[in-house]
Amino acid sequence: MTAPAPAVSLRHITRRFGPVVANDDVSLDLAPGEIHALVGENGAGKSTLVRVLYGLLQPDAGSIEVDGRTVRIHRPADAMRLGLGMVHQHFMLVGPLTVAENVTLAREPGAALGGFSPARAERAVAALAERHRLPVDPRARIASLSVGAQQRVEILKALYHGARVLILDEPTAVLTPHEVDDLFRVLRELQGNGTTIVLITHKLAEVMALAQRVTVMRAGRVVGGGPVASLTVERLAELMVGRPIPPLHARTGAPRSSEAPLLEVRMLDVSDERGLAAVKRVSFEVEAGEIVGIAGVEGNGQHELVECLAGLRPAVRGEILVAGRRCDACAPHAARERFAAGVAHIPSDRLHRGLVPDMTLAENFLLGRQRERTLVPGALLAPGALAALAAPRLAEYDVRPPGPARRARQRSGGNPQKRIAARELTRGAAVVLAAHPTRGVDLGAMAFIHQRLLRERDAGRAVLLVSSELSEILALSDRIFVMYEGRLVHETRPAETDERTLGLYMTGRQKEART
Amino acid sequence: MSAATERPAAPAGTPVRRAGPGADTRRALLTALAPVVAVALSLALGAIFILAIGEDPLAIYALMLRESLGTGYGLGQTLFKATPLVFTGLAVALGFRAGLFNIGVEGQLYLGGLAAALAGAALAGRPAVVLLPLTLLAAAAAGAAWGALPGYLKARFGAHEVINTIMLNFIAFALASFVGRWVFQPATVRTAEIGAGAHLARLDALFPALRGSPVNLALLLAAACAAGVGLLLFRTRTGYELRAVGLNAAAAEYGGVSIGRAQLVAMTLSGAIAGLGGVNFVLGYKHYFELGFSAGAGFLGIAVALLGRNHPAGVVVAALFFGALSYGGLVINQRVPKELVEVLQALVILLAISAQQVMERAARRLA
Repeated sequence: MTAPAPAVSLRHITRRFGPVVANDDVSLDLAPGEIHALVGENGAGKSTLVRVLYGLLQPDAGSIEVDGRTVRIHRPADAMRLGLGMVHQHFMLVGPLTVAENVTLAREPGAALGGFSPARAERAVAALAERHRLPVDPRARIASLSVGAQQRVEILKALYHGARVLILDEPTAVLTPHEVDDLFRVLRELQGNGTTIVLITHKLAEVMALAQRVTVMRAGRVVGGGPVASLTVERLAELMVGRPIPPLHARTGAPRSSEAPLLEVRMLDVSDERGLAAVKRVSFEVEAGEIVGIAGVEGNGQHELVECLAGLRPAVRGEILVAGRRCDACAPHAARERFAAGVAHIPSDRLHRGLVPDMTLAENFLLGRQRERTLVPGALLAPGALAALAAPRLAEYDVRPPGPARRARQRSGGNPQKRIAARELTRGAAVVLAAHPTRGVDLGAMAFIHQRLLRERDAGRAVLLVSSELSEILALSDRIFVMYEGRLVHETRPAETDERTLGLYMTGRQKEART
Repeated sequence: MSAATERPAAPAGTPVRRAGPGADTRRALLTALAPVVAVALSLALGAIFILAIGEDPLAIYALMLRESLGTGYGLGQTLFKATPLVFTGLAVALGFRAGLFNIGVEGQLYLGGLAAALAGAALAGRPAVVLLPLTLLAAAAAGAAWGALPGYLKARFGAHEVINTIMLNFIAFALASFVGRWVFQPATVRTAEIGAGAHLARLDALFPALRGSPVNLALLLAAACAAGVGLLLFRTRTGYELRAVGLNAAAAEYGGVSIGRAQLVAMTLSGAIAGLGGVNFVLGYKHYFELGFSAGAGFLGIAVALLGRNHPAGVVVAALFFGALSYGGLVINQRVPKELVEVLQALVILLAISAQQVMERAARRLA
């Protein structure tokens, strides 16, 4: 059979950043109306490739064809004119404006005397949303919308500007499981209307569920791909990483000790920024040599719980005991005390909370540990000595050797997470708080971090794992709690449950789950 | 809150950090070059103004250079003018490092000078070993208090330090005039002479080549301050915590740093250094305080910190540059209007800001 002429064809694209070749002779065809997954680890060159396609970067070599014509795309406006639309991972929306205003931005429906007609914009956006079955209120302000709804606005915006080829960069990274389902439904709908979709991801289950064809990139090159039907998840993972991924091994360490738990939380109440109750009378324990997973749709109080345990947010009332010693749960600015009590914290927002990107690696290794005698023996810091102390630990946690290929690392990469892990897991803390430790990191880094958490467990630490990835919770936890609307609504063990059941509890449908 | 409003600045492709020493060194070199480029460009643009007046720019620049650096007297004058700028530049830079914009350096310097003069006069009979440390302490303490106040308001209530330090400048000026009702000499706007024990010796006693110029031991105090600030910022836990707060307050909080305390410490130290800047004039030159003595040295400190990239060594170099520009401007006064120097200063500031952006972008592309 002969394939239809490609809607978009990238031919022999090469793009360098200084000495780093981000795209090395990359060719890619998009068939009209297909969902094409572009997978690869962070730094593999996926983002560079679509940025070239969208006119955000100019290729050093190679050409682009749209509908069979060779085109030059100098800027995103050119791309839009050619019917290309992009939904960025970090949304490009104006928070205080309405949905209609955002969607029509730069092509607003006019009114008399060069004015802007909000009513016409709202009607146009409502009609568009209706046609593509994208439920969204044109008059709602962006800032009041959920992440999933904001993403729908981004998609609408691209469609409003006439996109026939839609590029989505890691669209599910920020979504809850239900929002992912909604997104997939929307994407299939769009495909039904003839839209070609490029899906950048490193979640292979999504590829299998949604895409017809897949292209795998590694280290700037295309290393494989083809129809999804002919590939397995394992094969894709191997192509992405360049080696087989070891499966998570079962518990190897000694069974849990029967001593007192290392982390005890009793009747904890925590408020969010607006002063509303976010954590409601939460009690649980984590024993030595145990991983306790907290599953939940984001925004159900997990964030406030972890921040409170880490001393970054005072509790309203309740008790926290670390290794049997009472901490002042209600004290503000208690991060230092909590570190001293024996808590390590891998925060969910790596670049905002966990690292100072403009400081050196060694200085980042010191963050939160600046009072440890082993790192700063005297009154003065010795940068050389500190670097020498930090280097072997960083090397141990940084699976990739430093080299030229590391220079163009992107901020979404897994390396920041490994650096934080290197710092936090070498503290010798009794309690490890890991909040979304693998969100947005690539497969290799994810496997690495999972192994490390299991090793911490086997070393007799108490690990609290908060994640919205149910597969992660199920694979790592000894016990699982489900958090819903600030409460722990369900306790179970991995062997006694499954993703569907947990999903029901996570969405507050206990009654269905129990039947 | 939408994702767009949370993280607006960095585009997705911004590398967090370049691995490898080569890239980092290149980047550091390129960004360090930015002030040099800014100065060169501003001199080139200034040349157009000089041409417009009908003078020869090269001759004017040569004259400035010769008179401000080429003679012992001129060098002394340049160093004298640069001395308070080192203090004020360091004060601003220290604030910037902790993420605070201390515009109140002028007022802090002013009150530091006043306190030094009052202490030096009140205790006039004491020997130098007692009197000199006490007057220096008075200067630092007055500046520190004037810096700590907006620091406290920021830490406690989140009141913006820019607004408060600007306001406190005016209050400082008014306060000095008010206090003057009791402490100024009859029919003057200056205080009584300080005791001889509080005098900072002129350097021409040591280096005869500087003869006649008012440069004094305050210069060495400034150099010591620069070294101290460098040590504080890059070799102490406090400095590390201040920098962490300045670069990423959320991460600093995560690391157990009390942000409010760091802000208060930074503003207090910044004010103390600014206050010490007042001794160049009061202890080293006129030996009394007079209204308006600060003459904008505090405000120029912002430009010094900017051009010096908030690094103590850079601040020293930038202070010397502005000192030379300032004295050189006096020398060429017969041939071109003195506003030329102000134009040059403005150009340097404008270009220093933009050159930094341009060079950083270039470095990023190369790295």
